[in-house]
Amino acid sequence: MALDSKIPKGPLADKWTNHKNNINLVNPANKRLIDVIVVGTGLAGGSAAATLAELGYNVKAFCFQDSPRRAHSIAAQGGINAAKNYQGDGDSTYRLFYDTVKGGDYRSREANVYRLAEVSANIIDQCVAQGVPFAREYGGLLDNRSFGGVLVSRTFYAAGQTGQQLLLGAYSALNRQIGRGKVKMYNRHEMLDVVIVDGKARGIITRNLVTGEIERHSAHAVVLGTGGYGNVFFLSTNAMGSNVTAAWKAHKRGAYFANPCYTQIHPTCIPVSGDHQSKLTLMSESLRNDGRIWVPKHKKDVEAIRAGKLRPTQIAEEDRDYYLERRYPAFGNLVPRDVASRAAKERCDAGYGVNATGEAVYLDFAAAFMRYGKEVAHVRGLDENDDALVKKLGQEVVKTKYGNLFQMYEKIVDQNPYETPMMIYPAVHYTMGGVWVDYNLQTTVPGLYCIGEANFSDHGANRLGASALMQGLADGYFVLPYTIGDYLADDIRTGPIATDTPEFDEAEKSVRKNIEHLINNNGTHSVDHFHKRLGKIMWNKCGMARNAEDLKSAINEIAELRAEFWKDVRVPGTNDEFNEELAKALRVADFLELGELFAKDALLREESAGGHFREEYQTPEGEAMRRKEFQFVSAWEYKGEPKDAVLHKEDLVYENIEVKERSYK
Amino acid sequence: MNLTLKIWRQKNANDKGKMVDYPISDVSPDMSFLEMLDVLNESLVQKNEEPVAFDHDCREGICGMCSLYINGEAHGPDRGITTCQLHMRMFKDGDTITIEPFRATAFPVIKDLVVDRSAFDRIQHAGGFISVNTSGNTIDANAIPINKHDADESFEAAMCIGCGACVASCKNSSAMLFVGAKVSQFALLPQGQVEATDRVLNMVKQMDEEGFGNCTNTGACEVECPKGISLENIARMNREYLKASLKG
Amino acid sequence: MSGILNSSIGRKVAMALSAFFLMIFLLQHFIINSLSVINPDTFNEVSHFMGTNWLIQYVMQPILIFGVIFHFVMGFALEIKNKRARQISYARNNGAANSTWMSRNMIYSGLFILIFLIIHFIDFWIPEINTKYIQGDMSGLLADGEGFRYYEELVHKFEPIWRVALYCIGFVFLALHLLHGFMSAFQSVGANNKYTNALKGFGKAYSILVPLGFVVIALFHHFNH
Repeated sequence: MALDSKIPKGPLADKWTNHKNNINLVNPANKRLIDVIVVGTGLAGGSAAATLAELGYNVKAFCFQDSPRRAHSIAAQGGINAAKNYQGDGDSTYRLFYDTVKGGDYRSREANVYRLAEVSANIIDQCVAQGVPFAREYGGLLDNRSFGGVLVSRTFYAAGQTGQQLLLGAYSALNRQIGRGKVKMYNRHEMLDVVIVDGKARGIITRNLVTGEIERHSAHAVVLGTGGYGNVFFLSTNAMGSNVTAAWKAHKRGAYFANPCYTQIHPTCIPVSGDHQSKLTLMSESLRNDGRIWVPKHKKDVEAIRAGKLRPTQIAEEDRDYYLERRYPAFGNLVPRDVASRAAKERCDAGYGVNATGEAVYLDFAAAFMRYGKEVAHVRGLDENDDALVKKLGQEVVKTKYGNLFQMYEKIVDQNPYETPMMIYPAVHYTMGGVWVDYNLQTTVPGLYCIGEANFSDHGANRLGASALMQGLADGYFVLPYTIGDYLADDIRTGPIATDTPEFDEAEKSVRKNIEHLINNNGTHSVDHFHKRLGKIMWNKCGMARNAEDLKSAINEIAELRAEFWKDVRVPGTNDEFNEELAKALRVADFLELGELFAKDALLREESAGGHFREEYQTPEGEAMRRKEFQFVSAWEYKGEPKDAVLHKEDLVYENIEVKERSYK
Repeated sequence: MNLTLKIWRQKNANDKGKMVDYPISDVSPDMSFLEMLDVLNESLVQKNEEPVAFDHDCREGICGMCSLYINGEAHGPDRGITTCQLHMRMFKDGDTITIEPFRATAFPVIKDLVVDRSAFDRIQHAGGFISVNTSGNTIDANAIPINKHDADESFEAAMCIGCGACVASCKNSSAMLFVGAKVSQFALLPQGQVEATDRVLNMVKQMDEEGFGNCTNTGACEVECPKGISLENIARMNREYLKASLKG
Repeated sequence: MSGILNSSIGRKVAMALSAFFLMIFLLQHFIINSLSVINPDTFNEVSHFMGTNWLIQYVMQPILIFGVIFHFVMGFALEIKNKRARQISYARNNGAANSTWMSRNMIYSGLFILIFLIIHFIDFWIPEINTKYIQGDMSGLLADGEGFRYYEELVHKFEPIWRVALYCIGFVFLALHLLHGFMSAFQSVGANNKYTNALKGFGKAYSILVPLGFVVIALFHHFNH
């Protein structure tokens, strides 16, 4: 099947408006006759479910958590971008569009990104109307801050908990519809397959995580808002339950999987402390507004620090290497995430890492304390030359900005970040790749839609900070609810979809077969054992820097590990009960397939772009080297085994933006 | 560190349940409490025993999924954190640690340490929202300036993660801190005024129907709340409720 | 408005309102009692007024009795409901980590106060009612007709040490009850604002000084006569 991205004709700025004017609509009376399944209740799924119900569709929403409010969008810290230009600093829809395409290293679809920038302003209006308490200035208007890779302040925020506040907004809209009976909510349910009837997605198979019951649910369309697959690395900033299963099952049922190798490694996370580690904790990118990143200039200082003989605060200013400011003077500490992460890895690989494992750099607020402190002292008419006083005043300012992050750091590391610089290291955070969708957010399976992080659409090879929340809500509130009507307009006379059909039988049978195998396997190792091993392969060979040789061996190792998993995994208990090990096993089984496709995709992409860095393709200064011949989306079609996946290319055409060297110098 | 864990084991909602002792050794002080339970579970799986079921997800203190009543306190002995942020350095070698589920009639146990907190969801269904449809045509976000102090206070109420520690800590299993926080978030904003009367009446009605106890102002909830939600929110809810009752 | 007493917050507010009434009554009672130390004549006059004024006797007294009964009945009803909200208790509970002993044991301090009140009724109130309404002696005079009887009776009551001891214990529990109850009542009616800290201080002073005052009066009369 040839890929048709269905991008509307016409000038870029008019595409979305024209498209909305021309697509089919379902009249309100007929919407009542149509069922839609939404899997996942994060920013994308939650907002989509609520909006579809508001429009009049009958919605069934599913989440594996005990409440829709706990979807992992809740953990997003820093903010949400919108081209409001409230600061009057030259922002515009075009500039947000431009920054996003450039930030994505020219590997995203122009039309989608422009639409995203266009609806971004509506998101803020909508959220404020819902009662989302964004940060405000003393005049009562909304405040903004800056994020990496841009030259304007367009990020709206609610302290370090923006994702939480936005998700609770979507959750409240969802609650309203649940209360009205327009959304039927299924908590603690995991989707384990998509059911395809006559080539169209018509339902899903779920497992009730409390009782173990395998259930059939039918609808006229299925929407996946199931998030990213960063947990394929085992250690990531994702929640423990975040998984690829829904997206992967869709892939196995015919949806193409796009750009799986595009992974965002976030530069500011708390370093790994030991083998017991279960997850990594992010320190918001917003910290780079005020924190400066450095390592010692001299190896002898590094060694003294590692040996505990020297404290970082004792190292003189001239003996520090503020390597981001040195290498990227224009953007300094606020370079995009991929650039910052690689730079940290470069320093640590060169032997300048500042903790025992050699994998940490400093994020230092000392300068910010003094800068803010001087300001406050000046305003209050206090002595600006009293360093101790200025520092104290400055710390108070920083505390109001990032207090919760500093507290989080102290609880985990047991060091006071007000007194000593934070230690940070990159960690897997977000996946730009995902299920391939067209302009309508429909996958290659008719009636199957994919939104939010689960799809591949808007961020190219690297996502800018504060853009994930924007995309999730844009898809869920403002894009999918309209585009899905175009498809559902043909279904007004279909009537309810029966679940007692051979297609549902077959899907349920295959789910049951897998579960029975796992339960009865009685192997020797736990699920986590395999997950950790998969994570090690991924991190070492498909991590921040990749090369052909490693990728080839990763493909083999993952395939072997997968075979071993099915032979040797041990899942205690039964299916008919709350069984966390079984739920994990089903998720890891899919990660073990995805991981292989991930490596295969990375091997194919013989260039460096955004989060994908191939050691063979770099400039003499060590920057990413993009190659014209790879200006396409790789969309993979499932053919039985990950290694047999067939590549389809969607060429990326840039008509409104000049593809340039992506420079932050 | 070597520790003794006393853990509540209960096979399912209908099982009677009991405390079971588990010795655990070589616990690193840098582990989080849940990582320590991971290690225990790994060893139980190895011994072909059933691992201990507990709720958890984000493991960074924001999703509100983790619970646990540790040594007689919700989220354990530390302050301002959830169980997933509790670290083993808070304990000493040789300690006995008692681990129980959050207890309340409105939070029935599903298995071991996992409880059903859907009562909180149902309270929100009753009124925890502002009735505004998605349109893209609402007024500009800056059309109504909001006093910064009010906006900040509203945010502080909205920080609630819905974990249920307030209910678990309250000697009466009252949910008033949770409901008060939600009522306050909207009561402090101009957008929330239109439906203020119905909101507080409906949410309190649902709260009462769920079988939570009554608040006697002991303040335990505020102390144990991982997000430091203030008792002022309960006072505000009481005011809002009185106002609404007199009006309605 | 209907059904407000069936709601959790409605009941809470009702508890608080009855508490306010009782706290005002307590203060009034204390002021009159303290007159017995300062000036027995004034004490007698005020007591006579209180004991014979129709507004106090036929309006305020029934309200007071209703208030006391309401506060107790509602308190017990809520306690039963609250107990039902957690049917399986914790194997280990560290209540001291997050709340005061007083706040967690209002039901017990309340129970002791109830017992004290019953004794107090039998001791003071029933003889008083007997004299006034059954024997019909509204004069308030001593049996020999020489002056008012109130002061003499009071002094006489505090002669036995057992009664003084009981009286003191009763007021210790009242103090404990008030130490939580005072602020709790304000919180229940929604008063939590910038004056809260000042009010907290006042509440503490009230909760300690008023019961202490009652105790001092009892001891004064016991040791002075």
